[in-house]
This record gives sequence, structure tokens and C-alpha cells, in this order.
Amino acid sequence: MFQNKVTIFITLIILLLSQSLFAVDTTENSNLTITDSTTADSVIIQPVAGVENLENTADNDIPAFRSERLNALIFMLLFSVVILLYTRWARSGKELFLRKINGLDEVEEAVGRATEMGKPVLFVPGLQEIDEMETIAGISILGRVAHITARYGTPLHVPVRYPMVLAAGQEVVQQAYIEEGKADSYDVDMVRYVAGEQFAYTATINGYMMREKPATNLYMGAFFAESLLLAETGNAAGSIQIAGTAQPAQLPFFIAACDYTLMGEELYAASAYLSREPLLLGGLKGQDWIKLLLIILIITGIILASFNSAEWYLNLFESV
Amino acid sequence: MSLVEFLQIWIIAFFTLSLFSFLYKDNPFYKLAEHIFAGLSAGYYVGLIWESVILQQMIDPMFNNGKWWLVFPGILGVLMFSRFSKNYSWISRISLAFVMGTTAGIFLVSELHGKVLPQIQATMKSLDPSQGFAGFILALIIIVGVISTLIYFYFSKEHKGALGGVAKVGIWFIMISFGAHFGYTVMARISLLIGRVQFLIDDWGGSIVQLFS
Repeated sequence: MFQNKVTIFITLIILLLSQSLFAVDTTENSNLTITDSTTADSVIIQPVAGVENLENTADNDIPAFRSERLNALIFMLLFSVVILLYTRWARSGKELFLRKINGLDEVEEAVGRATEMGKPVLFVPGLQEIDEMETIAGISILGRVAHITARYGTPLHVPVRYPMVLAAGQEVVQQAYIEEGKADSYDVDMVRYVAGEQFAYTATINGYMMREKPATNLYMGAFFAESLLLAETGNAAGSIQIAGTAQPAQLPFFIAACDYTLMGEELYAASAYLSREPLLLGGLKGQDWIKLLLIILIITGIILASFNSAEWYLNLFESV
Repeated sequence: MSLVEFLQIWIIAFFTLSLFSFLYKDNPFYKLAEHIFAGLSAGYYVGLIWESVILQQMIDPMFNNGKWWLVFPGILGVLMFSRFSKNYSWISRISLAFVMGTTAGIFLVSELHGKVLPQIQATMKSLDPSQGFAGFILALIIIVGVISTLIYFYFSKEHKGALGGVAKVGIWFIMISFGAHFGYTVMARISLLIGRVQFLIDDWGGSIVQLFS
């Protein structure tokens, strides 16, 4: 109960901060990650752009509360309340159903295959920093995978591109090994910094795949131009491959070269699906409810628009 | 062509061909290129971050522009060094938690405001037949595509019956979109390859011709 109240309080603080500080440039902020899906090199100086935006924000004397963005606040509160309610429901012990997601069901089997073959599992958590949702999702899945490798005693290799991802990866892997009672089997070098440059990182992983021939390759996170380079090399090395990303431009390559692919939101659902933790499952159910709500809102809008009386309704979704 | 330019072209050509040699199989040339590439990039990024982040974004504004509050992100950065100690490595979790927590908070707003709301609004198309056949069909495609794709990502019910049918339509839309992305991206990659081949033929080939002429 107390924990829920704290969560609500923190959510409100974040909301207010976001509205007053960050939401001012939200439209621009969503473009801060400068990536090109063709050459697809993600720019290293992301924090610099962010800092500049915040500085500009302060200089322009934008009000602390922007009433024209009230709609975003209301939606945010609504979504937060729904997720909190479902989380609470899940905690009360209610059985929550999740449909089968093929790629995720195969993760344990793929790790089992590596165990039988006595070969390592390669986990690539994507090419972006820890301040990207896909990377956080990838690290979260890494924690679940590490539980399985710890249980089976399978070697795990996790090359990373950023120091913060290295630290987060080491934390979750170590925690998983401790929880499985295999703290002694944990090796800090399981998660290893490789290179900061996109294709240097890719070249190193490709070399590893051809030399060590991991039985299972898991690619979970944000990927760009290297997606096919990785997946095709893994395919040539004879590994079972499961990929998951929310980058629409890279998904086709993973679908073509991997055995299973998690598309978009399946990546975010993966952690809840694999762990079956009530807290995460509740969040996922809450998101499903929000999707239904959005569909109802869209259909209402379509009906109103078809009768030429949607202007006031469309304004409710205006993004200023 | 000066001697320096000549050497540059030959070094670039050597590493380009070494990396291409991976197409045949893993070999010592690829290994050499791989290790030099990884090592150079690590060194380059240390220099880049020192100059563009630590000096330009922290030290300089803090001491020259009086932005003393930048000391806080600086402290969070310093805490990451606690990872070198076995006993105190837990301290680095404070920085990690800060970054991950603020990311979730900021993205909550930016995704909703920058993506969800505009996309909902853009999907509310009129199905009034008076807008013309083409407009009607386009609106219908967008509406059916968005709703069926949303249904595909609905995890709380088994995709059977009517729900399964709509989800199947959704996966068709997703696959058609992937096909378009695939074609577009392959075209872009081919242009990258053309750039490399052009370098090998024009620049490197030109230098070989010059060498023997």
C-alpha cells in the first residue's frame, strides 16, 4: 500500500518535472537520438544535444506549466493509474493470462541447446546507450537469460558498446547468478566492453562468432545497419538466433536471417513474459488495456470525422 | 599525388580489402583489421568524450560560466569509478538508477506527446464517401492497418476467432511495411558498397596506375 503511494507520488513528480522542464521540447527530444537507418550510425554526442535543448529551454522563459499540454498530462495520469491498478491486481495473486509469443518460448530451449553442445550463448544488447528504452528492455531480458545460463552452467558472452551498458549488464548478470545460487560461477568478463564505434563493435562480434561458434545468438535491443551483418554471420556460424528490436527498418533483416524475431512491443513484453513476475505482468496487462482504449478513441474519432464534427475531438489529441 | 596521400590510399585500401576478406572466411588479415579498428575506436572515443563532454559540457561551463550545478552530473560520473572496487562497486548503482529512472520518466512524456497523440490524431480519418474513391480507400487502409496492428500486439487474449482474424490482417500490414523497409534499406546499402568499390577502382586503382606509369 505504502509502496503504491510512493510510486504514485514519484510518478506525479516526474510528470510535473517533465511538463515543466522536459516536455517543453518533447517533440524535439524524441528526435535527440540522431540515427540514420541507412548508414545508421548512432551519434555519440547525444547528451550534448540534450543539454543544449535544456539550456535553450531555460533561456526562453517558457512557463513552468503549459496549459496547452494538459491533454498529455491527463493521458499520462490515466495510463499511469491503469498500470498501477493492474500491477496491484497482479500482486494480489490473480492469475493473469498472456498469449504465447513464439520467439520467447524458444529462448530457454536455445540456451539448453548451447548447454548440450558445450558452447557459449552470445547476447548482444543492441547499439544504443542505457538511456534508450530498447537498451533497457534488452538488459532486462539479459537478466532473464543469465538466470537460465546460471542454472544450466552455460558460458555467457555479452559484448557491449557503452560503459554504462557495461555496468548495467554486469549488475544484472551478477544478480542473476547470485539469485540462482551460482555466485562463484559469475565472471565479470562475461559482459565485456568491445568498442565504441558501430562497425568496430560489429566486426569484433562477427570475428567472435566465426571463431567461438556460439550455439545461440540473442540480439535484443536497438540495432541499425549492422543488423544483417550480425545475423548473417551468426547464420553462417550455424547458431540458433533469436532477435528482438523495435527498429522497423532492421526488423526485416532479422526476420530474414534469424530463427525467431520479436517485433516491436514483443521486445518490451519479453521480460514480463520470461519472468512471469506479477509486477511486470500487471504492467503488460495495463498496456493492453490502454491499447483497447486507444482503439475505442480512434473509432470514435473516425465516426465523428465521417460526419464532419470531429474538430473539437481532434483538438483533444493536439500535440503542441 | 603526394607520398602522404599515396600512403593513405594504400592503408585504406588494405583495410577495406582485409575486411572484405571475411566474406571468404575468418583470416589473419581480418583479425588484424578488426583489432586495429576496435582499438582505434576505443581510443578515439576516449578523446572525443573528454573533449566534447567533459571539457565542453562540464568543466568549461562550470568554471567559466558559473554553472556550478553541473557538479552533480559530474559526481554521478565519478561514482561510476567505484566499479573498480569490489567492496564499493554498489555505489555505481546510484548513477545507473538515476540514468535509467530519468530515461523512463522523460520517455513517458516524449513518446506520448511526440508519437502516441499525433498518431492517434492522424488515424482519425473521415470515411465520408464524398471525399472521392482514392481518399476513401487511403483512409480505410490507414484505419484498418493501425487498428489491426494494435490488435496483433494485444497479449491478453489468444489470437483465435475474430481477434485472430484481425491480428492476421495486422501481421500482413506489418510484413508489407517490412518489405518496403527492406527494399529501401538494401538500396541504401548498395549505394554504400558502390562508394567502396568506386574508391578501390578510382583512387586505389589510380594510384596503382600512377605507380607503374
